[in-house]
Amino acid sequence: MNAREKILSKIRSAQTQSSAPVTSAHLAQHPRGPLPPAPTDLVACFKERALKLSSDVLETHSRAEVPTLLARYLRGKNLPVSGVCWPSLAGLPWSAAGLDMPSRPAKNSDLVGVTGAFCAIAETGTLMMLSGPDTPATTSLLPETHVAVLDPRRIVATMEDAWDLLRKEFKQPPRAVNFISGPSRTADIEQTVTLGAHGPYRVLLILASL
Amino acid sequence: MQNTSLQFRNQVTIKLADARLQDALSRLQSRFVEGRSAVISEIADLEEARTAAATIRDRVINNLEHWLVHFEQQATACGAIVHWAETGADVNRIVAGIAAQHGVKTAAKSKSMVSEECGLNDALELAGVKVMETDLGEYILQLAKEAPSHIVAPVVHKNKEEISDLFAEKHHLPRKTGIAELCREAREVLRPAFLNADMGISGANFLVAETGSALIVTNEGNGRLVTTLPRVHVAITGIEKVVPTLEDVTTLLRLLPRSATGQSITNYVSVLTGKKNAEDHDGPEHFHIILLDNGRSSLVGSEMQEMLRCIRCGACMNHCPVYQNIGGHAYGWVYPGPMGSILTPLLGGIEKSPDLPNASTFCGACAAVCPVKIPLPDLLRKLREKQLQRGMKSWQETFLLKVWAWLALHPTIYAIATRIGVRLIRMMGGKEKLLHTLPGAGGWTDGRDFPAPSGKTFRELHKRGAGQ
Repeated sequence: MNAREKILSKIRSAQTQSSAPVTSAHLAQHPRGPLPPAPTDLVACFKERALKLSSDVLETHSRAEVPTLLARYLRGKNLPVSGVCWPSLAGLPWSAAGLDMPSRPAKNSDLVGVTGAFCAIAETGTLMMLSGPDTPATTSLLPETHVAVLDPRRIVATMEDAWDLLRKEFKQPPRAVNFISGPSRTADIEQTVTLGAHGPYRVLLILASL
Repeated sequence: MQNTSLQFRNQVTIKLADARLQDALSRLQSRFVEGRSAVISEIADLEEARTAAATIRDRVINNLEHWLVHFEQQATACGAIVHWAETGADVNRIVAGIAAQHGVKTAAKSKSMVSEECGLNDALELAGVKVMETDLGEYILQLAKEAPSHIVAPVVHKNKEEISDLFAEKHHLPRKTGIAELCREAREVLRPAFLNADMGISGANFLVAETGSALIVTNEGNGRLVTTLPRVHVAITGIEKVVPTLEDVTTLLRLLPRSATGQSITNYVSVLTGKKNAEDHDGPEHFHIILLDNGRSSLVGSEMQEMLRCIRCGACMNHCPVYQNIGGHAYGWVYPGPMGSILTPLLGGIEKSPDLPNASTFCGACAAVCPVKIPLPDLLRKLREKQLQRGMKSWQETFLLKVWAWLALHPTIYAIATRIGVRLIRMMGGKEKLLHTLPGAGGWTDGRDFPAPSGKTFRELHKRGAGQ
């Protein structure tokens, strides 16, 4: 008997219940647990929670304005004005705003990474990112500054709503679903929160209506 | 990791006298206890949430075989390779085998308490694989050659001066003193380790049966790096970590970080399903998931089964007056505090940890904060019963318990004995109404006086009260 059989047979002989139909019924229904009260204004709630988690938030009514907003933000913080962006954002007028944002996956030397997001969650001020050929995971991970351009209509109330959106638009989850809630941080030294551990030092969320 | 919990009493004496440790432990209390209480109130009905979480965990454990097999099927269908390990040594052998198969020379590792159970790092070094811990706390411990003292904040026992000295010595860089500077230095030293590693090793906070995914919660981003950059990813976790659906795991995620670090959500929650697709630019080409038993299956269906609900948040230790005073190392194995006082004897052998089930005042704080409602004091009490049944208690304790049991079964004699007893102790207390020593309980009165009772038993007072 191999390890798998040994472990499973030990569990089988000790287990009180053993009912496959119960298992499949639960999977088919995937019921939700207790939910937080639904916010009246998803965008306002998302912004409030995101700021609480040390993300920066900017808003614009025109996607074409995104490069100008970003350029102002980066210059205001004395940050480099070059980086990389996702292919879906390659068409924005980056160079007109004085930014150098080629569309390719991030390398270690890239200091700014601009991404979109699959959706965002108001409850916790969280971005939901799906990995894929056009949505490389490294862009939100390796650079010191992560900028996410987000359509406010893609803000949902809870993570449960986000899973439903994923089920609706894709058959199964991609290799990696990453939920991002603010800049990376550590409190390992004397339980003192320090922003910028191994991931980005800052996260800028730009809410841009289409 | 070797179990040294037989040394518990000696260790307690040492830890209580360690001023630096005592200072560090006071920080833990203010940050984690107060942090939890500040955000747990965001949940409108905490009782309802805890009950839902406990129900989810029970659903899995009551039907563990089905959920494990379903998880395995889904994970395999998505391109992951699932391994089963009976012991920690089996895990080490499997990981060394995967490393050899893919020509792995270096591995970058994010925090995994299950890998601590196995002593994986030492085993991989022997197999010629250089392992780099990348969680800041675990990295500090690897440099200092020490074990974690907390399952969430592994280096809570060290202050920043010690870490400054350690970094200056090991990094050969000018000594930094600020916490932000120390973090920056560790980031810069570790970044090449992520980029150059052939293999990433992680734990998994949960396994989602519905999708065959491994879920990791992290704050530093190292968990994302080790599961994104290296060409091989190995996730190691316990067989009990399965959760049925994405909705179920979401219910648990509302409680885990709030209970652990006082965060509404961790910075990163990564749900990893299968390996890199042909068109992807990033992600591992090979994804292995190792399911470790190491004694867990023996708890299924037993009176200790509720322990398998545990989601490793650490709230029980943060709130435990024993842990708060002695820290994690005294417990002698991977898991300290109340959950460790139960898991260490159950997974490592009751005979090897005689003191741990007794290292509790039964104050009940652990059970009150547990997000999955594990009745921790009840389980500790059951372990004490097992110790008595196995003759592990001293003859004095066994004799006294027998006398007590006999008296409890003979109410008239019990009433007489207690009436004499309380009057005797009352007399011994004298004018001060305090006893400086108690025969046979010197250990208790070494540090405090015993307040003398009023001289009347409860029954006498009750009878008088009832007559009024």
